[in-house]
Amino acid sequence: MYRSGLPLLTKVLSFMAVAASIAMEERSVQARMASPSRFGDKAFEWLTLAMALAVVVLIILIGWQLWIGSSVAIKKFGFHFLLTSTWDPVAEQFGALPFIYGTLVSSLIALLIAVPLSIATAAYLTELAPLWIRQPLVSLIEMLAAIPSVILGLWGIFVMIPWLRDYPFPFLKRFLGWTPFFSGPIYGPCMFAGGIIIAVMILPIITSVSREILRSVPDLQREAAYALGATRWEATRIAVLSYAKKGLFGAVILGLGRALGETMAVTMVIGNTPQIAASLFKPGYTLASVIANEFTEATTDIYLQALFEIGLVLFGITILVNLLAQLLLRTIATTSATRAVQ
Amino acid sequence: MHLKRADNHTWRKIKSTLASGIAFVSALLVIAPLGLVFFHLLVNGAGSVNWDFFTKLPAPVGALGGGMVNAIVGSLELLALAGAIGIPIGVLGGVYLAEYGSARINSVLRFLADVLNGIPSITWGVVVYGLVVLRFKGFSAYAGGLALGLIMIPLILRTTEEVVLLVPNGYREAALALGVSRWKTIVHIVMKTASKGIITGILLALARVGGETAPLLFTAFGNRFWNHSLSQPIAALPLQIFTYAISPYDDWHRQAWAGALVLVTGVFCVNVLVRILTRGRTASVV
Repeated sequence: MYRSGLPLLTKVLSFMAVAASIAMEERSVQARMASPSRFGDKAFEWLTLAMALAVVVLIILIGWQLWIGSSVAIKKFGFHFLLTSTWDPVAEQFGALPFIYGTLVSSLIALLIAVPLSIATAAYLTELAPLWIRQPLVSLIEMLAAIPSVILGLWGIFVMIPWLRDYPFPFLKRFLGWTPFFSGPIYGPCMFAGGIIIAVMILPIITSVSREILRSVPDLQREAAYALGATRWEATRIAVLSYAKKGLFGAVILGLGRALGETMAVTMVIGNTPQIAASLFKPGYTLASVIANEFTEATTDIYLQALFEIGLVLFGITILVNLLAQLLLRTIATTSATRAVQ
Repeated sequence: MHLKRADNHTWRKIKSTLASGIAFVSALLVIAPLGLVFFHLLVNGAGSVNWDFFTKLPAPVGALGGGMVNAIVGSLELLALAGAIGIPIGVLGGVYLAEYGSARINSVLRFLADVLNGIPSITWGVVVYGLVVLRFKGFSAYAGGLALGLIMIPLILRTTEEVVLLVPNGYREAALALGVSRWKTIVHIVMKTASKGIITGILLALARVGGETAPLLFTAFGNRFWNHSLSQPIAALPLQIFTYAISPYDDWHRQAWAGALVLVTGVFCVNVLVRILTRGRTASVV
């Protein structure tokens, strides 16, 4: 044992020496080959790095600019800004509560409508639909995602609102009018209409992200369920949907992020009145739409500062929601899920 | 017992069919808005898309007729400005992620790019207002183009990275083995191979910001006349649609529909073009 130890050691040492010399030689060859254009290589690498770092710079830039733009308002109003509901530019009273309320309620309505529809559609596209129908449906959903917000708003004003006012709203009022949510007069532009139009805006994104998530569920899951005698729906529910729960939650949160920041279409149908009312038939206002409507009208410095602070609040909320969504989507380790985000 | 099991089985089958039916109806409901919007755009807009629409300036308030030629040209100018900012930064940034970055740096940058993509477009309007409009005391085409260009950066960065990663390593190795320097390999071999995908990403980003209204409201601001200098306010098609849609005049509503039809047609044409470009690829890149 001991006798064979020494030769082995020398063998190992000599092997390492050879390996090292090969490595050295390789490096010098590399250096020789790279030397004529090493400057070009370095310069190009640094250039692309600088461009890639733009994403870091941009996030800092947004936060910094919104902070600078609203610093006076933040000092002047403090936390009252978030907790009071008077919005009176003439008296220089600014409280963002009605806008925060409007943003949250309209987004909540949108999620209640969009989430079941999107997830059911995603399940249909990956599990239940006949194969020939899948690709055309996916293309149509991508086209819906491509419709600009302002056009959906235009359609909302002239087609959706008159229809809602004439048919579904009176119906809802007749049967659910005893609840505070569906009471009071029906104007047309209202919180409910805003929620519906946001739902249309976020349907494609939740659907396509959910679809990618369901597609990433391993086939073994399905095979196991079928082997146990599950029907198609049982396999979908037990083996696929519940397996992908976390990712689907991420898709929903991502949709929430889009809903909170949706601007043009909502501005055109929500009624733009800063109030906190239980009835969904009453007009509301959101953070994004107050910026869209009043920014160019802000005549005094403090008014502009208050609007910048609204922007800061919106930025804060959406960045938190998006961080959460990305973390949820990333933990399930699919490159395809994040791809669908765009 | 036997009978009960058979019943149970039928019931489970019925339930499965029912669930498929509900999912099918959901899918129909999801695409219904697309059909409805397109139908109403055609019904309300097609009649007003005429020669005047593409050749005339907006008529004075109260007068009938006029067109949106300044808004169409303005939108194209804004897209050119946005592209000048967004395309180089996005493409080169994407190349860094695919070719150079370490796994850790990449995951951070990718994460931030995805978070940036989720930031409401109106926020960009506010930021650019503070950065450019306040500083240079006026709305301008430059400000509008900058706002749109910044939105494009994370979009293009992510698509470029993905298509560059698809280029087989053998291409890089072959070029390097011939003594071509790294950066020339990347520019002439890798990016050239991926150029179709990169262009696809750029087109999609342009189609996306071409329909944006919110970031232009207080940067480009809109203009009822020709824009003679990029440091002046400029008209844009989505802005004009918005202004006309919320106006009280019927003739303006009519033109808003026409503008919307033109805008949607443009956006869809780009999407179809992209589909043709990426046709035949098994794994769709975007």
